[in-house]
Amino acid sequence: MSGIHVSTTINGDQIDYVCEPEETMLDVLRDRLGMTGAKEGCSTGDCGACSITVDGRLTCSCLMLGAEAGGHEIGTVEGVAQGNELHPVQQKILDHAALQCGVCTPGIVVAAKALLEKNPDPTETEVRYWLAGNLCRCTGYDKIIRAVMDAAQELRSA
Amino acid sequence: MRYEAPGTIEEAATLLARESGIARVLAGGTDLLVQLRAGMIEPDLVVDVKRIPAMMDIVEENGGFRIGAGVSCARMGEHAALVAAWPGVVEGAELIGSTQVQGRATMTGNLCNCGPAADSVPGLVAAKAVATVVGPEGRREILVKDIPAGPGKSNLKKGEIVESIFLPKRPERSGDAYLRFIPRTEMDIAVVGVGVSLTLDADGTITEAGVGLGAVAPTVLDVEDAAKAIIGSKLDEAALEKLAAAASAACNPINDKRGTIEFRVDVAGVLAKRAAKIAYKRAGGK
Ligand SMILES: Cc1cc2nc3c(=O)[nH]c(=O)nc-3n(C[C@H](O)[C@H](O)[C@H](O)COP(=O)(O)OP(=O)(O)OC[C@H]3O[C@@H](n4cnc5c(N)ncnc54)[C@H](O)[C@@H]3O)c2cc1C
Ligand code: FES
Ligand code: FES
Repeated sequence: MSGIHVSTTINGDQIDYVCEPEETMLDVLRDRLGMTGAKEGCSTGDCGACSITVDGRLTCSCLMLGAEAGGHEIGTVEGVAQGNELHPVQQKILDHAALQCGVCTPGIVVAAKALLEKNPDPTETEVRYWLAGNLCRCTGYDKIIRAVMDAAQELRSA
Repeated sequence: MRYEAPGTIEEAATLLARESGIARVLAGGTDLLVQLRAGMIEPDLVVDVKRIPAMMDIVEENGGFRIGAGVSCARMGEHAALVAAWPGVVEGAELIGSTQVQGRATMTGNLCNCGPAADSVPGLVAAKAVATVVGPEGRREILVKDIPAGPGKSNLKKGEIVESIFLPKRPERSGDAYLRFIPRTEMDIAVVGVGVSLTLDADGTITEAGVGLGAVAPTVLDVEDAAKAIIGSKLDEAALEKLAAAASAACNPINDKRGTIEFRVDVAGVLAKRAAKIAYKRAGGK
């Protein structure tokens, strides 16, 4: 059909793909590029499991067409760890046991990292509001919030 | 479905006008993609306007602010001069959705989607904001309040695109505010939303006012009687009561799981008073 050729940057790598006009960025990541970190929880923008960054800005990849990515810098959870070294947000989520099934976790990692890049010293309230679009159905939010606050502190003292 | 991302608004308008099937503008996509996914609409053509440079900026113009139709609500909140001049308009825009949604959603998309509960629209109506529209017949200006025709229906003609929304210059001693009632603290649809904008003279008497009411009728309402109720007053108790009565009288709401008719009518009055008090304070009134 009417495949669209897209040239973009994902986690710093130049990537080219062809997608259909109705495919979302989430479809492209998962089904065309094999990057299954972003999850499809709802596909209506409510759950945040599909969170990515576009030019540094937090976005639901289910609310963006693959065709829109051309020329932009996309960031996904696959780009968060440096090789085997986890990002403090990831490490603190493990340390605080802030995950159970893990479906929400990639989105929370991407969202929390974006918050700490913008605001290295958030209050608990700020963290809660920032993550209001990331739903977790198993863990409860306290551990997640504590993990993010702890990661913030570690990043500040690093 | 075809996807196009032209570089000028004229090209975009031509594409839309020439399409014989269903055509849609794509701004942030936070309404459109949900509707696509749910099968509520099946467009033949989607025209992405985010590659049109003139639609992607916030520009100060004759003391007012022109907000490009592709500008996300998050960017509005980051624009210090805009926040200082129109805090109520910005707080309405910033209530839309989560952080993720904020980064994409536009005020113009919120307006053109024509939801009765659109959070950024009452503030724009109160502000008497003007939209610049480009279509096959050229450019025209239309008051924001005249764009929605009913739930999901706009008064824009085929091929017409909103290019920007203009917030006019306000005199010194002006202020605005937006408040909504939702059952939760975040991520919910307004049961009632009220925007109030007003201007004071040197002794604190209100000389000009606008009141926009959302979620209580098929479209966001411009409640002139509510504005008249406070013009000439210093927002004393009597004026506030008249304001509340006018806001409640304007309501023509539905019953749904979020709120009954009686509740919405009552809350419209309560929120109008509260929003007016905040706007009055922001204008420098005591
Ligand atoms: C999880 C979630 C939470 C939300 N919460 C809220 C909320 O709290 N309050 C609220 O009011 N809304 C909310 N929304 C709805 C939505 O985010 C807003 O209405 C948003 O402002 C739409 O803007 P957009 O740029 O994404 O529009 P789009 O989806 O791109 O477009 C919306 C409609 O407007 C038309 N359109 C867009 N731009 C133009 C233009 N320049 N000219 C002509 N037509 C145009 C499109 O064709 C489409 O019909 C939420 C949505 C989601 C997914
Ligand atoms: S899958 Fe995108 S927000 Fe739920
Ligand atoms: S851990 Fe299962 S949804 Fe969050």
